[in-house]
Amino acid sequence: MKNTFSILLSFIFLVFMAACGNSGEKKDSGMMNTGDAAQKVYVAPGEYDEFYAFMSGGFSGQISVYGLPSGRLLKVVPVFSQDAEKGYGYNEETKPMLNTSYGFVPWDDAHHPELSQTDGVPDGRWIFINGNNTPRIARVDLTTFETTEIIEIPNSGGNHSSPFITENSEYVVAGTRFSVPFPQKDVPIDSYKENFKGALTYIKADEPGNMDVSFQILVPGYDYDLAHSGKGKSHGWTFFTTYNTEESHTLKEVNASQNDKDFIAAVNWKKAEEYLKQGKGKKMPANYMHNYYDEETHTATSTEKKEVTVLIPSECPGLIYYLPTPKSPHGVDVDPTGEYIVGNGKLSADLTVHSFDKMLTAIENEEFEGEVDGIPILKLDAVSAGTVSSGGLGPLHTEFDGKGNAYTTFFISSEVVKWKLGTWEVLDRAPCYYSVGHLMIPGGDSKSPWGKYLVALNKITKDRYLPTGPEMNHSAQLYDISGDKMELLLDFPTIGEPHYAQAIPADIVMKNSKKIYPIEENKHPHAVKNEKDVRVERDGNVVRVYITSIRSHFNPDNIEGIKVGDKVYFHLTNLEQDWDTPHGLSIMGARNAELLVMPGQTETLVWEPQKPGVYPFYCTDFCSALHQEMQGYIRVSPKGANVPIKWSLDGEE
Amino acid sequence: MNVRAKIIMSISALALLLLFVTPLWRITLEAPQYPDGVSMYIWINKITGDTPHTLQNINILNHYVGMKYIEPDSIPELKYFPFVIGTMSLLGLLVAWKGKRSWVLTWLILLVVLCGLGLYDFYLWEYDYGHNLDPKAPIKVPGMSYQPPLFGTKMLLNFKADSYPYWGGLWLSLSIILAALSWYLAGVYKKSK
Repeated sequence: MKNTFSILLSFIFLVFMAACGNSGEKKDSGMMNTGDAAQKVYVAPGEYDEFYAFMSGGFSGQISVYGLPSGRLLKVVPVFSQDAEKGYGYNEETKPMLNTSYGFVPWDDAHHPELSQTDGVPDGRWIFINGNNTPRIARVDLTTFETTEIIEIPNSGGNHSSPFITENSEYVVAGTRFSVPFPQKDVPIDSYKENFKGALTYIKADEPGNMDVSFQILVPGYDYDLAHSGKGKSHGWTFFTTYNTEESHTLKEVNASQNDKDFIAAVNWKKAEEYLKQGKGKKMPANYMHNYYDEETHTATSTEKKEVTVLIPSECPGLIYYLPTPKSPHGVDVDPTGEYIVGNGKLSADLTVHSFDKMLTAIENEEFEGEVDGIPILKLDAVSAGTVSSGGLGPLHTEFDGKGNAYTTFFISSEVVKWKLGTWEVLDRAPCYYSVGHLMIPGGDSKSPWGKYLVALNKITKDRYLPTGPEMNHSAQLYDISGDKMELLLDFPTIGEPHYAQAIPADIVMKNSKKIYPIEENKHPHAVKNEKDVRVERDGNVVRVYITSIRSHFNPDNIEGIKVGDKVYFHLTNLEQDWDTPHGLSIMGARNAELLVMPGQTETLVWEPQKPGVYPFYCTDFCSALHQEMQGYIRVSPKGANVPIKWSLDGEE
Repeated sequence: MNVRAKIIMSISALALLLLFVTPLWRITLEAPQYPDGVSMYIWINKITGDTPHTLQNINILNHYVGMKYIEPDSIPELKYFPFVIGTMSLLGLLVAWKGKRSWVLTWLILLVVLCGLGLYDFYLWEYDYGHNLDPKAPIKVPGMSYQPPLFGTKMLLNFKADSYPYWGGLWLSLSIILAALSWYLAGVYKKSK
């Protein structure tokens, strides 16, 4: 008996030890010096972060704005996806923003935020981002942090190598990741080599409201993966990576990985401008939308465009060259001087770096090894500046710190490698948790990076945070790169997928941030700027409610004479002119989202009442001490009833 | 009166005209949710704020406790004060030109009396705004009134109200001091003769 007891006891002890051992075995956090790191990322309550970081929401379709170094979420800016929280894409004013040649498309896959630049330096006026699925590029105004413009890209599929702006925001670019028939037509898929083409598109970007496809270059049907525009001496050129130069159309994971080398396409867009002036551009029919949100009317309009100008390389010598680059290059990154063009061969261990100067010489000496559809292929030896033997696997993207160093992410070996430009020697490496895609250094793809921090934008999360079921937010990791060694400081989850990001010193942006929309500048056709002018008007079955909000009431707040079958437009003007005093509006049973109206703004909610009764409506944004009282009623009478239109506030009409 | 006294008297008279270019008084409300504070400026002819919308924002706050809307158009003083100041400035120049010492004293006393009346009037308006509350006000605190101080700082519920002279107040004081100086110098001059 005693023996049995001691066996039992030792068994319990073993189980206990095992349990302890399990929980006690702490995973590797990646931190070197926790105390110091905490100090570096601590931003005291009420203090401001040093940088705004604009993170792509990836498949959320939005941009999320974070503060660095704290990793605090500041705002989610709705771009390509409807956002019920803000009424974006639900209210009448912003619905046209999501219009495409296919009609209303309420979602996209947002990939690369790109800040506007002046002389190669981010200037904080706008941030652009591409929609990959239904090819689009959006502009977000950084005085309001609102999406103000979206242009659709014709003749494109998978707008991935985009927007990658030029040095003075002349153009944003768009390359097709999935080549498609150009123009679209009904052909067998296995006629790929014959019928499928790629398009490299240049969109005029420097004037709000006037984004426009300036020209497209018709190129072989490869997959155009990423891009970067030249800077400094290489200003005037754009570099696009390609894969699938095999031109396969099925089981691409194998069939597009057969060629030892693919290409980086070097496009001389200044030359393109010359050819356009000479009339070399061919007008081709197309069908795409341009949507613009006017800040004074608070309303977006969608305009259809029917034509594009196309340049064909065989007719435009000197327009485009191919630089052979090993192993399906993914990212292509140009160093701050504009001399080095880094090809990140994603299926290899090494990075191939091309020299811009050598490229120009090779072009001059016609050191070609072949030609595709009139595009000369330069000899690799003639353009290569060097190779970085990294010791990692699966290089994807490179950014720069402005001190002569480059940082490259390796997806497969899950790390960031720091190396030196010119000598190509590896200086440091830091693990990422896990499988990093893009990386971001504030201004790290510009002429003057602010090389203090690096953010690794990871694709896989697994055990980094408290588990939240099968789906987890992707993680971003902040490193201090001010010293010789990279130091992991912070790890934070992001919305959707932090596909790519850009950051800029806060003082450049915050001084221009608007607090209100001046009501005297409101040119919305259905705005009501004075409580005396509120009214309800019927025209057939269309009823327009001209309603205002100010702390803490709607005017009117009692509405009668609405009938089943009516289409009721609530044009709500927020009369407030104080900072941070939005008012919301929601109506019981409205098959729609709320309105969230900023001070001085007008927005419209459409409601189609279905059943007679009296329905409450209320303010959704906790606006004041009497927010709970900010409510009203709408009476809905049966179809054909004789109840006259009537509106009032506190018994006064 | 000697020339120096006359010049100083003229400056005193002209200093009053500066009241047309700078506010006389400032009332600032401070609360945690108003990090920049809310400032209202009282001129001899208008009431303004930090932004064109400040008055609206103050009125929105005031309506919760039932205070009347501050509407500059309904305050008659803002219409006739400019004439009073303009007339005093003209009279002051006349006094300087005539150069009679007793006139300087009369003008000075008149100005001080007017200032006293102005302040009393300001107090009455503040009293009216602070005490004459709408009985239907949503927030009613028994025994509470919302009269801002004439000069100084006072807590009004969650707001700290600061009320102090602004640049215009300085010009007015300067005018009074200069007139007194002019009178004194004229006296010294008279004795020396």
